[in-house]
Parts: sequence; C-alpha cells; structure tokens
Amino acid sequence: MRVAGPPPETRHQGTEKKHNSNFRNHDEARLIHSARHNNKLPNRAMETKMTFIKKTLASSVALAVTAVMATAAQAEISDGEIRIGYLADMSGTYRDLAGPGGLEALRMAVEDFGGSVNGAPIQVFSADDRNSADVGANTVREWIDTRNVDMVAGLVASSVTIAVTRVLEENNSFGIVSASAASSITNEHCTPNHIHWVYDTYPLANGTAQAVVQQGGDTWFMLTADYAFGHALESDVTRVVEENGGQIVGGVRHPFPTDDFSSYILQAQGSGAKIIGLANAGADTVNAINTASQFGVVEAGQQLAGLLVFLNDVHAMGLDATQGLLLTTGWYWDMDDEAREWAERYYERVGRMPTMVQAGIYSSTYHYLQAVEATGSDDPATVREHMMRQPIHDFFARNGRLREDGRMVHDMYLARVKSPEESTHEWDLYEILTTIPAEEAYRPLSESQCKLVQN
Amino acid sequence: MTMIFGVPLAVFMGQLLLGLINGAFYALLSLGLAVIFGLLKIVNFAHGAMYMLGAFATLLGMRYLGINYWAALLLAPLFVGLLGMLIERVLLRRIGHLDHLYGLLLTFGLALIFEGTLVNFFGVSGARYPTPEALQGGYQTGFMFLPKYRAWVLLAALVVCFATWYIIERTRLGAYLRAGTENPALMQAFGVNVPLLVTLTYGFGVALAAFAGVLAAPLYPVSPTMGSNLLIVVFAVVVIGGMGSILGAIVTGLAMGLIEGLTKVYYPEAANTVIFLVMILVLLLRPAGLFGKEA
Amino acid sequence: MATTQTMTPSMKRERRANLRRTAFYLGLIAIGLVAPFFAYPVFLMKVLCFALFACAFNLLLGYAGLLSFGHAAFLATGGYVTGYLLASYPALTPELGILIGTVAALVLGAAFGALSIRRQGIYFAMVTLALAQLMFFFYIQAPFTGGEDGLHGVPRGHLFGVISLRSNLAMYYFVFAIFLFGFALIQRAVHSPFGQVLKAIRENEPRAVSLGYNVDAYKLVAFILSAGLAGLAGSTKTVVFQLASLTDAHWHMSGEVILMTLLGGVGTLFGPVVGAGLVVSLQHLLAQSPLGNWVGPILGVIFVICVLSFRSGIVGEALKMYRKNFK
Repeated sequence: MRVAGPPPETRHQGTEKKHNSNFRNHDEARLIHSARHNNKLPNRAMETKMTFIKKTLASSVALAVTAVMATAAQAEISDGEIRIGYLADMSGTYRDLAGPGGLEALRMAVEDFGGSVNGAPIQVFSADDRNSADVGANTVREWIDTRNVDMVAGLVASSVTIAVTRVLEENNSFGIVSASAASSITNEHCTPNHIHWVYDTYPLANGTAQAVVQQGGDTWFMLTADYAFGHALESDVTRVVEENGGQIVGGVRHPFPTDDFSSYILQAQGSGAKIIGLANAGADTVNAINTASQFGVVEAGQQLAGLLVFLNDVHAMGLDATQGLLLTTGWYWDMDDEAREWAERYYERVGRMPTMVQAGIYSSTYHYLQAVEATGSDDPATVREHMMRQPIHDFFARNGRLREDGRMVHDMYLARVKSPEESTHEWDLYEILTTIPAEEAYRPLSESQCKLVQN
Repeated sequence: MTMIFGVPLAVFMGQLLLGLINGAFYALLSLGLAVIFGLLKIVNFAHGAMYMLGAFATLLGMRYLGINYWAALLLAPLFVGLLGMLIERVLLRRIGHLDHLYGLLLTFGLALIFEGTLVNFFGVSGARYPTPEALQGGYQTGFMFLPKYRAWVLLAALVVCFATWYIIERTRLGAYLRAGTENPALMQAFGVNVPLLVTLTYGFGVALAAFAGVLAAPLYPVSPTMGSNLLIVVFAVVVIGGMGSILGAIVTGLAMGLIEGLTKVYYPEAANTVIFLVMILVLLLRPAGLFGKEA
Repeated sequence: MATTQTMTPSMKRERRANLRRTAFYLGLIAIGLVAPFFAYPVFLMKVLCFALFACAFNLLLGYAGLLSFGHAAFLATGGYVTGYLLASYPALTPELGILIGTVAALVLGAAFGALSIRRQGIYFAMVTLALAQLMFFFYIQAPFTGGEDGLHGVPRGHLFGVISLRSNLAMYYFVFAIFLFGFALIQRAVHSPFGQVLKAIRENEPRAVSLGYNVDAYKLVAFILSAGLAGLAGSTKTVVFQLASLTDAHWHMSGEVILMTLLGGVGTLFGPVVGAGLVVSLQHLLAQSPLGNWVGPILGVIFVICVLSFRSGIVGEALKMYRKNFK
C-alpha cells in the first residue's frame, strides 16, 4: 500500500524560497554597488582602502553565500530525480495516434538525452487514461501525491486534458499536452502549469477549410460530433469558410460516438453541398468516410474534408477510401531529410511510422529536459520561462516558439492523401502541398481569452 | 420540392427506408432474445456478445481460414450456436431452478469475459470487413442511392424473422417447444427430451444473434464492444414488444427502426435515447408490452 | 421485558452477542480512523464512496428484493448538482452542497420510484434502466454538466466555513463520517419494524398484501431512501475528486454496483462494503500494471463463479461458515 505523500503545502514552500533568493540577489547587487562607491571617496585613503578591502571581502562573502543559497534554492531538482508520467489512451479508440508508440517516443527522448539531467536520473512511468476524464485526473492526482511526478506527458482526449490541467495547476506541477486537439486548452482553459505542443483545432480549420474553399469548395455540409471538441471544430470551420466567401448550407450533430452514419450521409447528400466537412475524430471519422464510400458520395460528385485525420487513420482506412482527402498536419515523417531520419529510427523500434503526435512527444520531452538542464531546476515556472526564451527548431518543429499562453506555434502543412497509384510503399501516404507559417496558423494572441495574456 | 417539417420529401423517404432497414436489423437481434426469454425465461445479457462473436467469426474466418461471406452466413451462426449450447449445458442449467436474476447476472458476467478478452487481442477500434463483391454498388431509386448491401440486409432479416416466427408458432416443433417450456414435467412424461430442447433453443437464439452479426460485419466496424452498445437497445425493443412475444419483437424492432430514423432527421442528438422514452411510455400504458401477456 | 433483577441464560447470551457486536463495530471504526496513515487517502475515500453506493443499492435489492438497473442516475445526480453548486457559488460550504445534492437525488428517486414501483421483476429493472438512460441523455445535453468534458473545478472548500478540506487527511475524515452516517442509517432501517415489513414483502409479497400492508408504499420508501443514499455517495465523491463526469451516469456504472453487491453478499450489511473494496482495489491494482486491460474479464470470471457457487457473496458465505462451525 502506498504511504500518503506530503501535503500540497510543501510544494508551495519551494516557490516561496525562490522569491526570497531573488531579493538576496538585489541585496548583493547593492552591496557591490556601495563597495564600488566607497572606493571613490577622496580623503582618508588608507581608511578608505581598509574599508574598501573590508567591504569587498564582506560583499564577496555575501556574494558567495548568496550564490550558494541561490543555486541551492533555484537550481534544485526536487528529490534528486526527474519523474515523467505518460498518460494516454493505451487501449481505446485513440490508441494508435499516441498510445504505446508515444511512450516509446518519450523513452527515445530520455535515452538520447543520456538518461539523466545534471546527475539526476530520469524515471518514466505510464498509465492508461481510457479516454476518461476522471480516470485521467485521478491518476495524475495520485502521481502528484505519491510519486512526486515532475512532468505529465501525452494527454490525448481533450476532456482528459482539461481535467488534468486543473489538477496540475492546483498542485503546481507541469504538463505538456501533445495529442489533444481543442484550441481552448491554450485559450479559456490555459494555466501556468501546462503547455500545448503539437497542434490544435485552429490551424486545422484554418489550413484545410481555407484551402478547400479556395479550390472551389464553397458550399459546405457540416457533420459534427455532438460534444465540446466537435462543436469547437465546427465553429472554427464555419468562421473560416465564411471569411473566405463560402457558405455553410446545412449540418447535423451526431451522438458521440456513432456507429451508423447512413442517415447522416443521406442528409449530407440531400443538402447538395459540394463539401461534406467531418468535424469529428477517430472512429467517427473513419466510420463516416467508410459509410460515405458505401453510398457512393465521392462518385456522385461531393468531396469529403476530414478536419482531424491522423496518419494512422489514413493507414487504417486505406488509400482507396481516402485518396484525395485534404488535411492539415503539424508534421509528416517524409517531409524532409531531418524528419525522415528520426522517423526511420522510430520505425526500427516500433514497427510503424510515427504520427505527428508521437514525433511531438519526443520533441517536447527533449526540449523539457534541455530546459531542466539549463536552469538546473524542475520548478514549473522556471522551466516554462526558459522554454519560452528558446527558438524551437528540430526535426519536428520549424520556426517554432512557445508563446505566453502556453501555445507552441510552428509551421503547419496542408497535405493531400495520395492515390493508390501514386503511393510507392505502405507508409507513402501524403503529398505536402503548402506550408502554413507558424505566425499565421494559430489563434493570434490579440484574440486570446487566456488569463496569462495581457489583453 | 415538397417539404415535410422542413425536410425535402426525397430525403424524408430515404430516411424512412434506412430506418426500415435498421428496424429489420433490430427485429432480427431482438428475435433471438425474445425466443430465449419467452421460452426459457432466461434474461440473456450475453446476447450482445453473441452478436459480436458472429461478426468476429466472420472477420476472422475470412482472415485466417479464407471463408467467404456467403459461407460465413451459415458457418458463423452455427459456430456461435454450438458455443451457446455449450454455455447452456455447462453453466445455465445449473442455475435454471433459481430466480431469473441469476441468469441475468451469469450472462452479464459472460459478456464481460468475452468482450474484455477480445479487447485485449483486437483493441477497441473496429476492423473493416469488405462488402461482398456481388453486393457492392447500389440502386438509384427516385429519392436516394440505396446500396445493394443494405437492400440485402432488409431482405435477409425479414426472411429469417418470418421463418423463425413460422417455426415457433405454426409447426409441431414449435409447439413442442412452447409446451415443453410451459410444462416441462408433462412433456418429459410424454417422452420429449425437454433438456435437449432447452439447450437447442438457447443455441438457436444466440445463432440468430450471430446471424445478425454476420450481416453487420460489412456495415459497421467489427469491434469487441459493438454488441454492448446495442444490447440495451435490443432489450428495450423486446420489453416494448412484450417479453416472450415473437411477433412483438419483430413488429417493435421495425417500428423502432423507423422512429429512430425519423429522430435522426429532426433531433439527431436524441437518436440513441428516443427508444427509452418510448419504452417508458409504453410500459406506463400497457404494462406487459404491446403484445405481451400479463405475467 | 423481564422485571426481575436476575438475567435468564438467553438474556445473558443476547447481552454477550450485543457486546460482541458493539466491540466489532468499534474495532472497525478504529481501523477506519487509522487507515489513512497506512494507505493513500484518496484511494480509501474512493472505496468509502463506492461502499456507500453499494450499500444503498443493497438496501433495495437485498432487503426489498428489487433489482434496479439504473442506480447510476442517482449517483450522477448527486454528483452533478453538488458539483455545479459548489463550483458556481464559492460561498457555499461543502456540507451544504452535499446536502443539496442528496436532496436532488431523493427527489429524483421519488419521481422514478413512483413510475417504476408498479412493475415487478425484470420489467422493474428495465424501467429503471430506461429512466436512467433518459437521465444520461439529459446530462450529455445539459450545458451545466460540461457533457463529455465533465464538470471541473469543484472546490474542496471549508467544512462549516472553518475546516479546510484541501488536505486529503481532513477530507478523509469527513468522508468517513458521512459513510458512517449512511451505514448507520441503513443498519437502523433494516433492523426496524420498517425493515421487517420489507423483509416480509421480499419473502412473500402476496401474503404481505393480504396482511393489510400497503406494499407499494413500503417499496417506494425503500426506493427513495436507496436513491438518496446513492446520491449522497455521488455528491461526496464529487467533492473528493473535484470532478463530476458522465462515467457516473453511464449504465456500466449501474452494472458495476450490481457486481460489487453480488460479490460482497446481497442482503448482508457488510457485503456491499467488502464487494466495493474488492472491486475498487482490483481496478486500482491492475490499472497501472500491464494487466490493466484484463480487469473486465477477471471481474466477469469472478461474477460467473459467484453466481454458480457463491451466491451469498463473500460475506454471505463467511456468515454461513461461521454459523455452521461456531453455533
């Protein structure tokens, strides 16, 4: 049985100490200043010299003591270990976009980093959140209470993430969200204790919807999953379509999850819209696309726009059903040499090509460890602040930076699914059409409702 | 274009037809349940799992044994039926003398075992089963594109439903069955092997569920939890129809498919729930269900 | 009662039995008081909440003989009402929030009970299931619940405005007190004249009717009491975890409480507690291990074995053995 961990109060003490050491720095600066100042007094040179030496000595001692204390308080890795907890759907409908593969990517990052930070070993553990907000939140709460977790990684279903980030904020822990989609995670649900790395619904809508409308798809029928994520995606897409001169001619909200899309596809066909927008994810999207092919939707002249489609979905459905599908992605394994090199290493380990989420887990974990090493601390505010000051440019993110709302913005890509004839091997699935620059893709800070943003 | 409550006539007709097809499917599923409850007084909570096993048998049969769809239509229900007979003989018979509650709980436990075990091997995301070639494509009716496969489902379900009803209500075998479960001692005295009849009936009931599973394989993703989602809907159908009434299950299944189809047009969020509203209303007005007899 | 000063042997035996029982209860309470120092308090609180839920369910099944397949509705109602009020009105203290949530569950219990009591056996179970499904749908659609996202940010608050419940230890003792209250209430109800009539109804309803008892009224009261206590469990759980979600309203939750009760022993006072403890522990132990996905099948196997051979559940079988060997 686990022993009850230290009450949350202890964690806050650590933060307070840090504040005090800041003051010490100011005192020490003043001491140096006054020492230098005293040096400039004209008369009583000997006395001045003595005073000077005394003062320098005093300030040196003070400086040394302060430095030691500052290092001790600020550059402190709690319990001498970095503990990373990986929370994701390991067995359910979102298993393949992050899941066990994401855990491997995380382990790769830890191993490539050397397995330890400034002498403190890195411990990795994981749990299955079963896409349930209470299981996720309770697991993280337990990790905080009994295992002193420093960073929570993974985080797939948006509902799990929103619940977990509450727990993280209350207990001053830290989380890096890699798989969730809802843009509200860095908007109304932002906290100082988590950041959002790979993508969100805003660039998905921006990228795909805009491109489709500009290609001529100006009448849309929205097929939306009836829950918060679906509604958010639907509203983002509606805005983009209308801004680009298109029109939403109809829509239907289906229960989440739904197995039988026949009735909804029929409604979409009846609407006469050129584009059927799928504001859903995972199994719902797959079912909708499969049902659409049963009803000859594409043959009859309508086009499907998948607003949240991952590499593993396309692979599972096959190119026959998905060819020509337009989608927005944060990364593709074959997009350039750097990406390919890492992807091949991952493939050797896992046996499947990585999704953008799995690549993002590696990238975010690695950057986190770098920040811990540079600051010598695992305190969330310190690490986050350091990560915000670094440009993020690796095999995963191009032109990336971490904003004050916790959103990591980086270049996004509009892709089209290849036809079976164009594809040369099993994982040759996408053709990258254009790049959407980082600063254009994501919600601008001026529109942000995040409490951390000065607006 | 004529509109019915804001929906074009063509779409409305299309939804009705789809609803009818779904209804035939529900009818087929509830039929097995009604047979098992009506004749054996067992509340078979494993029915959803049996349906799922039928779909899985079809999928795996094709993957590993090269059994095609048409053979699976016969073999999968046979396989699941045998499994059902085994379950009845080994497990259900032991508690036959007890309160019906225990039958419910035992079959509930069995469902947990089957579904949970398969989740471990196949995950929760469904696998695709391709539509058989002869049934690909569709018909352009005046108001909608009707996939051939769905027309086939409607036909097959109705045929099997009617055949089952006929066997039970109109043949001698059915008469033995009905008598044997109403008064086993007497039938036994007449030389009818009642326990065997019970075992066969349970097997037949779950075979019907498996047959529905085979029909479902090309339509819905084949996943271990596909049955559990449908289970409570099917129970609702049987209860509304009147537990134990074969005709009740068939008629209610079809009606529910239609009602659900219309709900999907006008208030789709409630599509999964409307059947329960109907159940409460029916039970308030006709406590034994539409075709049921007061217990 | 005897008016003489001396006690007959049977009275002495009864007195000894009473003393034994009192010592037993005191011992359990003592264990409960020190438990949080040996085990993770949040885990213990989860066990207590589910134990209360199972005890509430058992009141209806074990003592009134009614199998409800929709008890999750009451758990969720208590949880959501309490969660919403505490999250929206910071001035509201947790004990009041829990009280209001429980009252909401009581009201719902009265409404559902009135509709379903008229039915019997499997029909009763199906009606309760249908009503619970309607509530499930309501909770998905209602904006205040947060739907799939769940209802977050429920503060632990200050008990009576004074004692902070932020620490797990303080919260534990509060939950323990609530559990003791609920358990005591059930114990008193079962051993009261009301409980005796319920037992009579369960054993032979037509005879109870012929004796002149308003059977429906008794069943309804049992239903409402059961619903209220289930709501209490849900409300408390929401404050512990600071979250209310659709999991609490799903019919799987109704199935789980049946499992806990059957496993522990239907119709015994401690059975549901033992059953809840076992199921929650099993889920917890297996969840973070590679066996995590086998929880379902393992519970299923236990279920099947219980129905076949150990119908009285763990506590029931233990009591049988005790009576056989020690009486």
